Amino acid sequence: MASRSLGTRAGYGLLYAVLAAAAVIQLLPLVWLLFFSLKNNQEVFNLPPLALPAELRWENYANVWNQGNISRYFINSVWMTVLSVLLTILLASFVTFAITRMRWKLSPLVLGVFMVGLMIPVHSTLIPLFSMFQKLSLTDSPASIVLSYTAFNLPITIMILLGFYQSLPHEVEEAAVMDGCSINRLFFSVILPMTASVIVTAAIINMIYNWNEFIFVNTFISTDELKTLTVGVQNFVGQYTTDWGAIGATLMISILPILLIFFVLSNRIVEGIAAGSVKG
Amino acid sequence: MHKVMSNPKMIALYVLPSLLLILGIIYVPIILTGYYGLMQWDGVSPMTFIGLENYKTLLQDAAFGNSMLHSFLFAVLSTLSLSVYMLIALVLSGQIKGANLLRKIYLIPMLLSSVAIAQLWLKIYHPSSGILNSFLEALGVEETPDWLADPDIVLTALFVPILWQYAGFYILIYYAALKNIPSSLIEAARIDGANSLQIALRIKLPLAAEVIKVTVVLAVVGSLKYFDLIYVMTDGGPNGASEVMASYMYSKAFRSFDFGYASAIGFFLLIVCLVMTWGIRRLTATKDTIEYS
Repeated sequence: MASRSLGTRAGYGLLYAVLAAAAVIQLLPLVWLLFFSLKNNQEVFNLPPLALPAELRWENYANVWNQGNISRYFINSVWMTVLSVLLTILLASFVTFAITRMRWKLSPLVLGVFMVGLMIPVHSTLIPLFSMFQKLSLTDSPASIVLSYTAFNLPITIMILLGFYQSLPHEVEEAAVMDGCSINRLFFSVILPMTASVIVTAAIINMIYNWNEFIFVNTFISTDELKTLTVGVQNFVGQYTTDWGAIGATLMISILPILLIFFVLSNRIVEGIAAGSVKG
Repeated sequence: MHKVMSNPKMIALYVLPSLLLILGIIYVPIILTGYYGLMQWDGVSPMTFIGLENYKTLLQDAAFGNSMLHSFLFAVLSTLSLSVYMLIALVLSGQIKGANLLRKIYLIPMLLSSVAIAQLWLKIYHPSSGILNSFLEALGVEETPDWLADPDIVLTALFVPILWQYAGFYILIYYAALKNIPSSLIEAARIDGANSLQIALRIKLPLAAEVIKVTVVLAVVGSLKYFDLIYVMTDGGPNGASEVMASYMYSKAFRSFDFGYASAIGFFLLIVCLVMTWGIRRLTATKDTIEYS
């Protein structure tokens, strides 16, 4: 490396400048968001955009959390996301286990049915789903949301699990079955624990999709009590279009959980997105 | 062994719940969308069968034609932007310090909801107090544009946050593909006297062909499905200048309550997505599969 010519070094310098500029562009809007979430309107309009006020107004966060329904939306997002992720992971693990480890003729066909699901646009199912849920009295019920999230995330989750299951050695279940282990015990006490690492990856991807989902909640849920953060934020901002500090704080609250998880688990997330890249 | 692992009752127990769920939530609705598309229906009163009438209207509907044009424009622009992402990934995958950190930073917007991104960019584009026009004013621009209200620039203005949101995603995929190429191949080429540009064009790009194909499908089909961001930022406006297929369908269904017509749009969207996926894969089919061992 020490023998690099001046020209090569200048070239590298230029490359770094371009890469760094791209990084700044990716981060700058979020930094600006953080800054205006700590200002009042007078400061937003009078101070330069990338200047902080003399006193950081953290009370913006406390105010939106207490006044609006943000805390309610937040809790709804958490439990609907968690429930859907658990259900998806469990069901997808069952299916992947049956497809990769059990012997039956229709297994390629069933796998195909799940994989074609990857290509179907959500919008094309929206009207019949809405009318079906209405007939079953499931509109304005969390069940419509959890079932939709689970169904639409099953294909991608199975796809992520598939490669991992295929690489598990067959000796494991042969030994277990020889010892008289039932299929359920084999699955729950042998296979499932062995797949823990890929389950974490798949769960994170599911979590990000569910936390950010908008169109199902916007269409199926009309009670304010049952809305999730994405739709709630949208309504909240619509009502308070003029208070920039409040809007900034609301948006920050809605993105913070994902950002925090990213700081802690960024390697897993990167790996999971690469593995699940077929879903756009 | 064989008996235990091919017990039909157990297989059914493991597969049927999921299978019924996706049949009920994805496949049955898809069939129903096609069926409703043949109906005149407001979602409440009984349906009337009108055959292909909705589809005939669709072909003559200038507003739909425009929305389709906008969707395809986004698809073309997204596909073109892939080359820039590939360039960044090629640079990142070289001997660059901090590549890992950089690709993580690029990825951050992708993790946020489109609604939050849309609200943030509404503020960025705000005509008087947005950060964009503040910068332009600081640079001495006197007549700053109203980005989202001007029919001539609204599509470009909407495409920028789309680029911002997905850049890291594509860079990540390309980076992973390039890192997968065995370094022995690249070293061998270097020993044979190939320079970095030749290695990129002759070795790295051909070996990443399969991944490039996938990303083209993702970019095209993803663009045809854009909804959240546009719905929140402009709702198709001003005056239809930023309407796309999905937002047009949504407003026909849940604002005009023209469920039959909206279903026809939904079915059309499905067909276009499937045909595009199939077509791109077909057009770019490679005969040889590459195996490194």
